[in-house]
Amino acid sequence: MSPLQLCLVLSSLLFCVGLAGALSRSNTILVLLGIELMLNAANLNFIAFWRYGLHPAAGTGVIFVLFAIAVAAAEAAVGLALVIAVHRHRKTVRLQEANTLKG
Amino acid sequence: MTTPLLLIGILLLGGAGAAMLSRNLIHSALLLVGAWAGIAGFYLWAGAEFVAFAQVLVYVGAVSMVVLFAVLLTRQGATTAPVEFDSFQRAVAGFITAGGVAGVLLGAILGTPMDGPAAPAPAAITVKQLGAQLMGPHAAALLIVGVILTVALLGAILIAAVDKPEDPAP
Repeated sequence: MSPLQLCLVLSSLLFCVGLAGALSRSNTILVLLGIELMLNAANLNFIAFWRYGLHPAAGTGVIFVLFAIAVAAAEAAVGLALVIAVHRHRKTVRLQEANTLKG
Repeated sequence: MTTPLLLIGILLLGGAGAAMLSRNLIHSALLLVGAWAGIAGFYLWAGAEFVAFAQVLVYVGAVSMVVLFAVLLTRQGATTAPVEFDSFQRAVAGFITAGGVAGVLLGAILGTPMDGPAAPAPAAITVKQLGAQLMGPHAAALLIVGVILTVALLGAILIAAVDKPEDPAP
């Protein structure tokens, strides 16, 4: 198994851990954390392909990961603010109970 | 070459899996800090030092604090009640879906011949080169990311701020 494949296997497993957490937990904060794990797994892929790709000197993967980290930080801040706002109005952080807009 | 990667991977997956299975939210958040630090270790292993430091600053430092604040602000009651899985059916469905996705991804990765350069040169991109690229060809994207961060943080403050108590209706 080449090192690139090892990196990709690692990031796939991390993605699936995040996916399992996001799908099976009902606490909103844990679901957000699972989504963050999936984002981080995608960043691992960028770095792996940059390291073992054809043009490591170009640095494209590194720059992509930097922008992805910045956007993920903004997403985490807004998501957790939404959790706090929902908790203030409904006194719960369970996803199933935030169903006002359910058809 | 691959032994450090295996160690990092075991720490990373162990921390993330324990965080997703834990019944205590605080333990989950702290285990995830460990997983994020493991990701920074992976970046160091791969030779992307600047990204590793950015990961430590942003995730281990900032996002973890925001998560802990959210956990403490949304705690119900003084007791640290365990956060149960919602329903057995939902948990099983989630794990089956994740396992299926893992199977498909691993099959695709292991079934693809990836014979890159036999011994890839240690990709050394210095911080100076990175800064020149960020300020040169990617300057517009950098500015846009700055605006996005500012707007998102202002919006987060507005969303999470406490409403003023309204005057009681006469």
